[in-house]
Amino acid sequence: MNMMSATDCLLQMCDEQFDLEDYQSGVPRWCTGCGDNAILTAVQRLCRDEGLRPEKTVFVSGIGCSSRFPHYMKTYGFHGIHGRALPVAEGVKMSRPDLNVFVNTGDGDCCSIGAAHWIHALRYNMNITVFLHDNQIYGLTKKQASPTSPIGTKSNTTPRGSYLEALNPLTVTLGVQNVSFVAQVVDWVPEVLFDVVKAAFHHRGLSFVRIVQRCPEWLPKSLDPWLHDPQRLLFLNHEKGLQASEGLSRLYKNQIIHDPSDLSRARDIASSIDPIPVGILYRNPEVPCYEDLRNSGMLRTTAMAKSGLNAEFDKFTVWPEAEQAQAA
Amino acid sequence: MTSTLQKSAAKAPRQARKATSPTSDTTPGTAPVITLKEHIVEIISDSGEGAQKCGQSLGSIAAQMGNGIWTTEIIPAEIRPPARSVAGASGNRIRIGAGQVTNGGDETDMVVAFNEQVLLGRVRDKALKPGCTIMLESMWRFHKDDKIVASYLETYQRLVDAGYKVYEIPMEEECRKLVADARRGKNMFALGMLCHIYSLDLNLGVAQIAKTFGKKDQSVIDSNVMLLEAGHKWAAANLDFKYCIPGVRSTVPQIVVDGNTAIALGVLASGMEICAMYPITPATSVSHYLSDAFEKVGGIVHQAEDEIAACAFAIGASYAGKCSVTVTSGPGYSLKQEGIGLAVMGEIPLVVVNVQRGGPSTGQPTKVEQGDLMTAIFGSHGDAPKVVMAPSTIEDCFYSIITARKIAETFNMVVVVLSDAGLATSQNPFPRPVFKESWLAPPIDQSPIPEGGKPYDWDPTTGLARRFIPGQPGGMHTLTGLTHDRDSHVAYDAEINEQTLHSRSLKLAALQKTLKAPPVFGDAEGDLLIIGWGSTKGAIEESVEALRAEGKKVSSMHLRFLNPMPPGIKEVMQRFKKVMTIEGNWSDRPDDSIIDESNRRYSALAMLLRSRYLVDVDCWSEVKGQEIKPGTMRRVIDEKLKQLKH
Repeated sequence: MNMMSATDCLLQMCDEQFDLEDYQSGVPRWCTGCGDNAILTAVQRLCRDEGLRPEKTVFVSGIGCSSRFPHYMKTYGFHGIHGRALPVAEGVKMSRPDLNVFVNTGDGDCCSIGAAHWIHALRYNMNITVFLHDNQIYGLTKKQASPTSPIGTKSNTTPRGSYLEALNPLTVTLGVQNVSFVAQVVDWVPEVLFDVVKAAFHHRGLSFVRIVQRCPEWLPKSLDPWLHDPQRLLFLNHEKGLQASEGLSRLYKNQIIHDPSDLSRARDIASSIDPIPVGILYRNPEVPCYEDLRNSGMLRTTAMAKSGLNAEFDKFTVWPEAEQAQAA
Repeated sequence: MTSTLQKSAAKAPRQARKATSPTSDTTPGTAPVITLKEHIVEIISDSGEGAQKCGQSLGSIAAQMGNGIWTTEIIPAEIRPPARSVAGASGNRIRIGAGQVTNGGDETDMVVAFNEQVLLGRVRDKALKPGCTIMLESMWRFHKDDKIVASYLETYQRLVDAGYKVYEIPMEEECRKLVADARRGKNMFALGMLCHIYSLDLNLGVAQIAKTFGKKDQSVIDSNVMLLEAGHKWAAANLDFKYCIPGVRSTVPQIVVDGNTAIALGVLASGMEICAMYPITPATSVSHYLSDAFEKVGGIVHQAEDEIAACAFAIGASYAGKCSVTVTSGPGYSLKQEGIGLAVMGEIPLVVVNVQRGGPSTGQPTKVEQGDLMTAIFGSHGDAPKVVMAPSTIEDCFYSIITARKIAETFNMVVVVLSDAGLATSQNPFPRPVFKESWLAPPIDQSPIPEGGKPYDWDPTTGLARRFIPGQPGGMHTLTGLTHDRDSHVAYDAEINEQTLHSRSLKLAALQKTLKAPPVFGDAEGDLLIIGWGSTKGAIEESVEALRAEGKKVSSMHLRFLNPMPPGIKEVMQRFKKVMTIEGNWSDRPDDSIIDESNRRYSALAMLLRSRYLVDVDCWSEVKGQEIKPGTMRRVIDEKLKQLKH
């Protein structure tokens, strides 16, 4: 056996230290001031801090502005089709539980065309970190109302204002059986954004993070009231969740204590649209992951495949009898 | 027999009755054994009365006797159709032959029916041969409900008048002598009768029961064996006919499964470990079988929230290194189209099984049709080349999946396997496969990618590129459904767009170069060449063989690969005066008054052959929701041959 020298060991460790550049790929083509940039920065920092091996990390997305995300990560990425990021990511995770799997999806991708998958992904509770980039508008197709657009939003398909109350992604997720992690954050408070992203990554199960983000191109002013009034963010603090730092607390004074294991209170808080709750609404590490339930832990070998297949053939062998067939 | 007699019988007190035989020339019990080349027998009942179990067991016993068999399920569309309803027939149809049997054959020779209404459904479907023998449960003659008695008597008379040989069998009454609930177990009494009628070894029947009810209480086995023996004894004592279809026991081990089970076994044998699906008739039973088998061999069936998710899940699993399969039928296949396009664009290996049913839309979920060939080849928007193959036998269902997985991973392509409702539920013995290690998928490649490696480094000749799998150091890239260059970067460049279309298309040609010309059944030249694909093979070859025996110059060719088509097809076609396809999909009838050469819609394969080879290929097709009968084909081919003479 080849023993590694201490120097080699150190060198290898040094080699495995990753820098931000190790996760950066290309120059993002998002608009200046787009919330996606803030999310990218937080996620790249997470990868570096956690030392995630780029080849062992996959970002899966659907279609839309947010779904360009994987192209800007120097990891593996899967930029698929509209609405289907979650089932693709589930397939990846099921076949390769060794990979770190992330999903980037927008409000149209997740809450509209992919809504069925969203509900079921929560129920499967696979160990995947999901970022809902929610800018409340269709961006890439040039300004159409999305399910999360506030009522009255003027867009190209709703020139006199959107007709329906907005869908609230938090109340939806918290209503699904097996939900295990729900958090909300806004793109303009990077410190909390990072903390939430990190907590989501460390949760074993499906972590759902809704990021309320600005769209400078199509809805440039819609979040201004919240941006300009720190009182309109409601910080959720708890020893089992996040704690706002001293610095933040000086600006954001609207804070409450919320125990993230309290589902019914989480649902109450989730229904608040103004102020915007920020932090971890719900966390339950006890919910089993679908991939754990389904993976037998058996490592399939050729011998197993052969004996298993022969056992199946035995069941259907009509002549000669099974024992003779095996001998033949 | 006169109707007066029947009426008096109806009023007679309940008592054990001898079979009311239409012919009484021979004394029951001493009937001479008539040797047959083949017979088609069906057992039908209301659903839930066990006719299917009886039929499957009969098929299995006959197969063990060395007979060729082909069993076909008779399935009502509803789970629990009303009892005694014309559309509610549930059961099994078994063609038993002295030699090899390759299809379900023509009309039925013998029926065991648990009530007269389900029988009427079969008469309406023209499933029974004129003069067919009918063994009819006689309990309805004595039913307390006068309406039922009247219906029974009326139907009975109609059947007799129509020339069927109707035997009334007191199955219920005989079973009641042995068990309290005759509804359960009557099927084994029927099986016993059939064992006698066809001179089958009763011990095989006993063994079959032990196998079927192996997991249950010994008392269940005992009571079923008792009924089986009772049926056998009763038939020996009361029936005035007996047959024998001599069989030749195969020297190699045989297995008997239906097409869907063969597909599932193929999935196990191919090394695929993930099957993502959504329930849909008639494909679902593939996943039923796999769900259980995977528990032992390792692997999972993921029942997704919808067809789209099932496809996307399989794509995700394949992308991450384990080639996966999704199994569906028509409507589900339509829903998967966008996902299939993504797999084509991303060059992700994927096996899609489409067990075709009647279409369009919801169509006929339990019925046989070959309507999806065009959508399989041309489905998904844009130019989305994929491999399409169609198994032609139950055995081929097994091997096709192994081949499909290999092609998918070698060429990084989507491989569509087109089975159909006929193959799905039919059973036919084939030699027990001998396991080969080469069937299995190789381990996931996790080796580092050499410096400068590109995720889409298309070979200029074959279009092939090495696939980078997550976990491979140095291979990081973002796969995208957008047009992309060799680095997998989104490309807006017109040149690159054309280059990618070119490369993906070349892969089909590269595969085509590896295919062999399909063999010709019959002489290599002649008057007429019949071409078919998929499940029609057995019936086409049977009818061609029969006509050749009459000296007709007809041959046939069957295509397993529909896209790409193997080389050599045109050369074969050119050696015949006329070429015609026989298919189970729609084609316009040339004798319709407004149909002419300028508007006639040809069957799918005919259209493909015409456009590719510029040969004037004719077609004949039938879409009656069932396998096309060899007798029908024989008439059609003979008619075509006569036209050629003029």
